[in-house]
Amino acid sequence: MSEARHRYVSSDRRVREDRRFVVGKGKFVADIDLPNTKHIALVTCPHAAARIKSIDKRAALKMPGVHYVVDGRELAEATLPLMTGLDTPNVPRRPLALDIARYSGEWVAAVVADTRAQAEDAAEAIDVSYEPLPFVLDAEQAMAPGAVLVHQAHGSNVLLDKTFVWGDVDQDFKESPHKLSLRVKWARSSTVPIETFGVVTTWDPWREILDVYASIQMPRYADQIGAALKIPSSSVRVHYDVDVGGSYGVKRGIKNTVLAGYLARRLGVPIRLIEDRLENMRGGDAHGPERLFDVDVAFDDNGVVRSMKMCALENLGAYAGRSPFQLGKPIGSIVGPYKIGSVQYRAIAVVTNKTTQDAVRGFGQGPTNLALERVMDEVANVLNLDPLEVRRRNLIRHEEFPYMIPSGTTYDSGDYHTVIDKVLADTNYAELKKERDRLRAGGKLAGIGIAACLEPSGGNATFEALLNPAITTSTFMDSCRIVVDGMGAITATMHTTSSGQGHETLVGTVVGEVLQIDPDTIRVARPDSLNSLPSGTPVGSRMAIMLGGAAFHAAQKLKAKLVAIAAHDLGIPPERAVYKEGSVFDRNAPQNKRTWADLVQIAHRNLHRMPDGFEPGLAVSHIYDVPTGGTLPTPDGRVQMYPCFAFEFHLILLSIDPDLGVPEIVRYRLGHDCGTQINPKIVRGMAMGGIAHGIGAALHEEFAYNDEGQLIAQTFMDYLLPSSHEVPAIDIIDHETPSPHTVLGQKGSGESGYLGAPAAIANAVNDALKPLGVSINTLPLKASKLGDLIAEARAKKGGK
Amino acid sequence: MRKEKPKEKPKENHMRIELTVNGAQHALDIEPRTTLLDCLRDHLGLTGAHAGCEHGVCGACTVLVDGIAVRSCLMFAPQAEDAAITTIEGVTPGPGELSPVQDAFCETHGMQCGYCTPAMVLVAHAFLADNPEPTREQIVEAISGNICRCTGYAQIVEAIALAAERMRGANRPSELRK
Repeated sequence: MSEARHRYVSSDRRVREDRRFVVGKGKFVADIDLPNTKHIALVTCPHAAARIKSIDKRAALKMPGVHYVVDGRELAEATLPLMTGLDTPNVPRRPLALDIARYSGEWVAAVVADTRAQAEDAAEAIDVSYEPLPFVLDAEQAMAPGAVLVHQAHGSNVLLDKTFVWGDVDQDFKESPHKLSLRVKWARSSTVPIETFGVVTTWDPWREILDVYASIQMPRYADQIGAALKIPSSSVRVHYDVDVGGSYGVKRGIKNTVLAGYLARRLGVPIRLIEDRLENMRGGDAHGPERLFDVDVAFDDNGVVRSMKMCALENLGAYAGRSPFQLGKPIGSIVGPYKIGSVQYRAIAVVTNKTTQDAVRGFGQGPTNLALERVMDEVANVLNLDPLEVRRRNLIRHEEFPYMIPSGTTYDSGDYHTVIDKVLADTNYAELKKERDRLRAGGKLAGIGIAACLEPSGGNATFEALLNPAITTSTFMDSCRIVVDGMGAITATMHTTSSGQGHETLVGTVVGEVLQIDPDTIRVARPDSLNSLPSGTPVGSRMAIMLGGAAFHAAQKLKAKLVAIAAHDLGIPPERAVYKEGSVFDRNAPQNKRTWADLVQIAHRNLHRMPDGFEPGLAVSHIYDVPTGGTLPTPDGRVQMYPCFAFEFHLILLSIDPDLGVPEIVRYRLGHDCGTQINPKIVRGMAMGGIAHGIGAALHEEFAYNDEGQLIAQTFMDYLLPSSHEVPAIDIIDHETPSPHTVLGQKGSGESGYLGAPAAIANAVNDALKPLGVSINTLPLKASKLGDLIAEARAKKGGK
Repeated sequence: MRKEKPKEKPKENHMRIELTVNGAQHALDIEPRTTLLDCLRDHLGLTGAHAGCEHGVCGACTVLVDGIAVRSCLMFAPQAEDAAITTIEGVTPGPGELSPVQDAFCETHGMQCGYCTPAMVLVAHAFLADNPEPTREQIVEAISGNICRCTGYAQIVEAIALAAERMRGANRPSELRK
């Protein structure tokens, strides 16, 4: 791709983490085996809402191997509620229910035993007496006057209801000749990693340190543990060298950790809580957004959208941590890749008697992109225009960057029309339409689906202040340290866990690029949290930008130090000293040089040869701020959110068996532009995996509840993850528009594919249904639902 | 690796079994309800097999029983007596070495988080033993019982196709190899 510009960056190199995984030598949390570890199993509430009248532990405590049973009251007396994002003190969130359980599956008590099996046996013997309470499941019903209150003390089920107006929306609506309204629903689904959340923790009362090994992906994990357990965060040692078996945002087991940490301190033994699949699906608080959109747009005769009103109603479930902020992050790209001139956005978050949510890949961007892209297709429908043409007319043009959208964020760069042209050069659009028509002629329903979406990347946290003015967080840093030891070996450090993103490869590649040294010779290590520099962790598609940026600058500092040492030792001015592949030579007399070994010798053992005032050794670090970060929102709610915006264009052909309703993706093309790709294998994998995840969200996955408030998708037999059969062959066409804000022109790619696939699929399904005169805007588009819809439409038409 | 060689009578509620894992024999005292997965991980220290769903859908716990890919979460350890069990540790040639299948997974980056990977590699080993020249469709079918949440499968399919190609090449006289 750009071999000319880079030595190692963008070249087709292996991913260093892979070697340990292919031989089964990843170190996952369940592989942590501390002597004398005791195991937790959980007692969960079987009702959608219930008062806990009594908990009889006696029988359980007599069972073999059982050491302890803790309930919500004991835990609440010893710990503080978990951190929340909004100021909602009357909606406290705790690891175990206190007096009232608010969703089916909520954890009520925990048993500690010698083995997990013994703990499970004993959990069954705990006799909890419940008084079932009225409950509410639907977000609109939860908002209605007189609704059952999930948290009585809060006085309402609404945790957030905030309206932003950017630009003259009313005037733009008045002046536009066309308007349309659309209701779109993103179903409750999540990332559902194959490894559940797990934590192993042990307390050393003499050193006063809580060691934590966890499959975690979360900012401020140690801070939150310390706060809840009422110990200093410097008494919490999180081990970042634990491999995380998939996360995609959701592995935020703070309640699990506080529970296990409390028990480790209370009992003086290592405690292990590895969720089983049922605990994970029902009570792991790892559901994703369930969002209802009402969107109105005003547009002209050419299909150019001038203004939009979007109302997003989020069904949070019973408690809230950071999940309401998933309504805030999309504000930074609220108009997608389009030149919509004014926007009204109302964000509402309500609590209901469902499982609690946490952050899911895209942090609310996927649902927003679905709503935007469905609307663009409907604009085309109303005007009888081609949906691709409507997008072309609305997209921001390459020459218009940097481009500020109404909500105050400036997009860094993009070349959307060229990406689309490249995809169409690969796949002839007219031919694709013919193929669709041939499928239709053959008796299938068939449709073309398009989605043009943005992936905001760089992971700033300014949405927090937008939704909660009490928060003044304006940035979200990351860091890297590089040490060259006395033998000349290089070790770079990163300061968080990873869950498959290849961060060790990222650091090695970037440091190697700057130092012009084979990345495979650079050790990348993960110190624990007590030995780490600050990290905002891998959220918001940020690590290529943020960890890459920190590694780049740290390596630059090291290089500068090497040059200064060499120039001093050579007796030449620094500007005459040239760095090349670890050595430094005199530009005017290249034979005069200092090799890597010479420089290591000087810095470590010949300090008398160092320039005056230089620190001995070769150790540097860099803490990197989010590019364009560091500002708070204006009073009218405008802010620079993320720094970089990657673009993806999905073009698919989908057929539906009209009798069974089964959709099949016949063709899938993705045009992808995430700037400079540091490791193309990793970027491709992210996009492929994101599309597969998006196929799941669009067609198969839903945490469905029945009318009694019971989660009816509790296993992988009812919550359907795409297998290799459900994911078609996908062709990705890359384009590279570098970001001006990042060290190598890179943007994020960790959410790619996922942010557009559901929209493209929903558009294709609706194109397929168009001949029947029906449409569907509620995910997931399950075969059963489509089959019924098609049968009904045919019956109405008086067809077969 | 912890090897248990019990001499006395098994503890209450325990039974004695003999397992053959990666060519080595192990005598173990276990509860009869112990799954093969828990037995391999907790009693033999073979942690390459992973628990994903523990109800037989995701396939992360896959091991080979007499050469056939089996979900070790759905099988009790006592049921595996008299069988030859192969785990990921058993197909790894040696410290620091990779099998052709493992190497191909590295070459195509047929994984991300690595959690489903040992199972995928074992399935590929079993599949390629019987299908040296697989089509894409056959590979897709072969791995369809194993869920990967990270990759979308493309680079896994490519890894298995690459491994097949290389292994076929390895059996040709050197002058005919690519």
